[in-house]
Amino acid sequence: MRYLYYPGCSLESTEKEYDTSTRAVMAALGVELQELEDWTCCGASAAETASRLLSFVLPARNLALAEQTNGERGLVASCSACYVNLRKVDEHVKQEPGLLEQINQALEVDGLTYQGRVQVRHLLDVLANDIAPEVIAGRVKRPLTELSVAPYYGCQTVRPYSPFDAPYLPESMDRILEAVGAKVQPNPMRAACCGGTLLTTKREVGLKLVADLIQAAEGADCIATVCPLCQMNLDSYQGLLSKRLGQPVQMPILYLTQLLGLAFDLPEEQLGLGHNVVSVKPLLAKLSEEV
Amino acid sequence: MNEDTIDLTGQTLDRDFLETLAPAKELLRNCMQCGSCTATCASAYAMDYTPRQLWHMIRLGLVDEVLNSKALWLCSTCYSCTLRCPRGIPLTETIGTLKRTAMQAGVPGYKESRNFYRAFVQTVCRHGRSDEVEIMVRYFLSTNPFMALDFAPLAITMLRKGNVSINLPKLGGPGKLDNLFQRVEELEGNL
Repeated sequence: MRYLYYPGCSLESTEKEYDTSTRAVMAALGVELQELEDWTCCGASAAETASRLLSFVLPARNLALAEQTNGERGLVASCSACYVNLRKVDEHVKQEPGLLEQINQALEVDGLTYQGRVQVRHLLDVLANDIAPEVIAGRVKRPLTELSVAPYYGCQTVRPYSPFDAPYLPESMDRILEAVGAKVQPNPMRAACCGGTLLTTKREVGLKLVADLIQAAEGADCIATVCPLCQMNLDSYQGLLSKRLGQPVQMPILYLTQLLGLAFDLPEEQLGLGHNVVSVKPLLAKLSEEV
Repeated sequence: MNEDTIDLTGQTLDRDFLETLAPAKELLRNCMQCGSCTATCASAYAMDYTPRQLWHMIRLGLVDEVLNSKALWLCSTCYSCTLRCPRGIPLTETIGTLKRTAMQAGVPGYKESRNFYRAFVQTVCRHGRSDEVEIMVRYFLSTNPFMALDFAPLAITMLRKGNVSINLPKLGGPGKLDNLFQRVEELEGNL
């Protein structure tokens, strides 16, 4: 299996461990990820505040690059915001006559053109639907049997586009966690929002969302995520949250790929567990007790 | 949250406001005020006007109230309202359009949100990719340099964990996507 890979900006700055663990896990599963050359930002939620056309042109630039590289392989995004932005180009082009022409008039300055032939996939979609759970289970060297994991999908992984899972009660990650032996703790807030950029611009409102999400996972050993912004928001503000609540909040937040890497017994430098803000040591201790 | 009656006495109503919200304008007329959007919104409790109220205020033409509403900047684009809307109105996208309209109209409030988005777009234009450190430097400089103190504990943790590096960015000079941004501006006329 071969795919084009769009890491997105967060994965080469604050969330490098998501990038390295994704590459390591996919390689372990025999999947080839070819990084899209010269990729640029998808526009996140900021581009549309400047210009509607820009919010299509920024992701379309990457789709055009993908199309001329190996478009038939499909473009895999590991960040949910990138996934939505890349995907929305085709969704809107289908509905709005003239939009693709306008996008291409802009891309022309970079010598690019897009014809609408690239299928955009979320990393979770590929892990859940292109790779059989038996294949994932077959790669396990250290089953996560002792771990109770609360899966957290976030919002944009399954909304507004839901081609591979349900928009409010998704379950694709549950199956993957079960395949590596983990106990899945039902998470009522699995597709709620982490607050996105509110933690920066309207922190009090964002903090409440984070507090609710962590509380909903109470009793689990960790929360599993598949989006860099979800991970950062849930992981980085627990110190502040502890002060606000007057009691310690210490819930490890791991990428699904970090958990898979642990189950596959991949080298620590590829999993980057030292980058997680809330310590994952209690979790590792539980795993080693078992061996 | 404010579910009080809005007094329209002496208000200027701009009946053409809805027309500026292409392509959602036709659909917004279909809003039946059921409130599913508000019920599903995680930030509605902190808004001045609820999403349900906003849609009706748009139809009434209460331009100033809508464009100066705090509600716009509390949307975290989770798309919950869009999927719950029984009339299929692209509500999250409409909030995006309203944010853009408010920024272009130069509304005075919500400097943090406006400056953050602007810092993000400027950084992407320069480097082609976003860079958290440069975005935050631009954001602090344009909003209030002292607010950096608020983020200091987080920055220290990130540095300690090796999640960010401290290469202070150069903010001037030609950018990677200058040509593309310029072309978009020519085509659309408002960047």
